Amino acid sequence: MEYVLSLEIIYLIASVTYILGLKMLGHPETARRGNLIAATGMTLAILGTIFLYEGEVPGFIYILIAIAIVLGTVLGWLKAKRVQMTKMPELVSLFNGMGGASAALIGLIEFEHYHGNTLSVITILGGIIIGSISFSGSMIAWGKLNGTFNKPLRLPKYNLLNNLIFLGILAFAGYLVWSHSSSQLFLYILFFSALAYGVLFVLPIGGADMPVVISLLNSFTGLAAALGGFLYGNMVMLTGGILVGSAGTILTFAMCTAMNRSLVNVIFGGFGDTDSGGDSGSGSKLQGDIKKTTISDVAILMNYSKKVIIVPGYGLAVAQAQHAIHELEQLLESKGVEVKYAIHPVAGRMPGHMNVLLAETNVEYNKLAEMEDVNPEFQNTDVVFVVGANDVVNPAAHNDKSSPIYGMPILDVENAKQIIVNKRSMKPGYAGIENELFYNQKTSMLFGDAKGVIQKLITELKGM
Amino acid sequence: MTELIDFISNNIQMIYIVILMIFVGVEVIGHVPAVLHTPLMSGANAIHGVVIIGAILVMLGADPENKLALALGFVAVLLGTLNVVGGFVVTDRMLEMFKKKK
Repeated sequence: MEYVLSLEIIYLIASVTYILGLKMLGHPETARRGNLIAATGMTLAILGTIFLYEGEVPGFIYILIAIAIVLGTVLGWLKAKRVQMTKMPELVSLFNGMGGASAALIGLIEFEHYHGNTLSVITILGGIIIGSISFSGSMIAWGKLNGTFNKPLRLPKYNLLNNLIFLGILAFAGYLVWSHSSSQLFLYILFFSALAYGVLFVLPIGGADMPVVISLLNSFTGLAAALGGFLYGNMVMLTGGILVGSAGTILTFAMCTAMNRSLVNVIFGGFGDTDSGGDSGSGSKLQGDIKKTTISDVAILMNYSKKVIIVPGYGLAVAQAQHAIHELEQLLESKGVEVKYAIHPVAGRMPGHMNVLLAETNVEYNKLAEMEDVNPEFQNTDVVFVVGANDVVNPAAHNDKSSPIYGMPILDVENAKQIIVNKRSMKPGYAGIENELFYNQKTSMLFGDAKGVIQKLITELKGM
Repeated sequence: MTELIDFISNNIQMIYIVILMIFVGVEVIGHVPAVLHTPLMSGANAIHGVVIIGAILVMLGADPENKLALALGFVAVLLGTLNVVGGFVVTDRMLEMFKKKK
C-alpha cells in the first residue's frame, strides 16, 4: 500500500510537470526550462513505474526492459543530436510514429488478457487503430518531408475509398467487440488494416501540408496513450495523453489558420487539385519580362538604403546560408542600414522553423518580425531581399481566385520600393505555382545559389 | 442505459480528468506565438511518449513463457523510449537557439 501510494504521488508530480512544461513552452524565455521540467517528470514516472512495481517479476524481464531503454536512449539521443536543423520536421514525425507504434503494440499484447470485458476491449482496439494510423501515417509524412516521395499520390476516388476503408475498420472493430471474439487472427487483420489506412490517409496529401498532418498525428498518438491510461487506470498516461491530444488538436487548427486552410481542406484535398497553375501549365501561364540584376548593383542599392527587410525561405536553409545572411545583416547594420527579417508563419517547412534556423546563427530574437507586424512596414522599406522564399510572397494569394494559395496571408513585399529576389532558377516553389511577383516592375532577379550570392554581396559591400 | 450509468459512476474520476485535461490543453496552447509552434509541437510529441509507461507495465506483467508478448513488449519499450528521449532532446536543441544572446 505504501508503495502504491508513493507511485501515485510520482504520477501526480509528473502530470503537473507536463502541464507546467507545456505552458512554459509557450513563451520564448521559459520554453527551454519548460521542456526540461517535463523531461524530468517523465524520467521520474518511468523510474517509478519500474522500481515501485508490486508483484513478482523474473529478473530477465527487468534486464530486457533495461536493454530496451538504454538502446532507445542512445539511438534517440544520437539521432536528435546529429540531425541538421533543416531536417528537424521529419525527425519529429519519426519520433511521433514511434510513440504510435508503441501504443499499438501494447494493445496487441493486452487483447488476450481482457476479452470479455467490453469496455477494456473497446479501449484496446481504439488504441490499436489510432496508434497504427499514427505510426504508418507518420512514416509516410517522414518520407515525404525527406523528399523520398514528394508528389501527392492518389488512387482513383481516393476520398471515397479512404472513407470506406475507415468505416470498414470501425465496423470490423465493432464486430470484434460485439462478438466477444478472442481471435488473434482477426486482431492482426484489424492492426494491418489500420496500418494500411494510415498510409492511404497521408499519401494523397501534398508535402506542403505535412506540418499540419504531423501535428494531427501527434494528437492522435496522444489519444492512443490516453486510451492506454484508461485501460490500466494509469493517471499519468491519461493526463499526459489527453493533454497532448487536446493541445495537439488546437495546434493543428492554429497551423491551418496560419495557412488560411481548413483542416477538411488539408485532409480531403484541394491543394494541388487545381493543377492549372502547376506543372501542367494549362491555366494562366504568366507572361512578361523578368529583370535580372548583378551582385554589384544589389550591393550599391543596399549600401545606400535606409531600411532593408530580408525575407528568408526554405531555399536559404537548403543552401545553408543562414550564417552568411546573418553576416550580411551585421555588415549592413554597421553601415547604418536598418535591417529586419520578415518571417512568414509557415516559412521553412513548419511554423516557426525559420526562426529556429536563424536563431541557430545568433540572429537577435527582436530582429525577427512576424508577418502582421512587418506588413505595414514594407511601404517605408527601400529594399526587400527575398532569399529562397516563393509562395509566401506570391501576390496570387491576394488577387487570383483560381490559385490554390488564394486567401493565404502573405508578406506584402510588393509595397516596398525595390524588390530583389534571389533564386536558383525560375522553378516554381513548393506549392508548384508561378509567382507574378517576379514579373513586377520593381522586382529584379538575382539568380544563383543563396550562399554564394550572399557571400559575394558581403565581399562587394566590404569594399565600399 | 443502466450500463452507461454504471460506467460513468465507476469511472467518474477518470471522466473528470479527461474533461478537465481537455480544457487545460486548450488553455495552455491558446495564445502561443507562431514562432513557437514547432518547438511546442515537438515538446508535446515528447510528452505523449508517456505511452512508454504502458509498455513497461506490459513487460512487467507479461507471462515469462509468452515469447511473442515479451518480444512485442520489448519493441514497444524501445520505440517508446525513442519517442521520449528523441522528442525531448530535439526540442531542447531547437530551444537552445532561442536563448537570449549576450
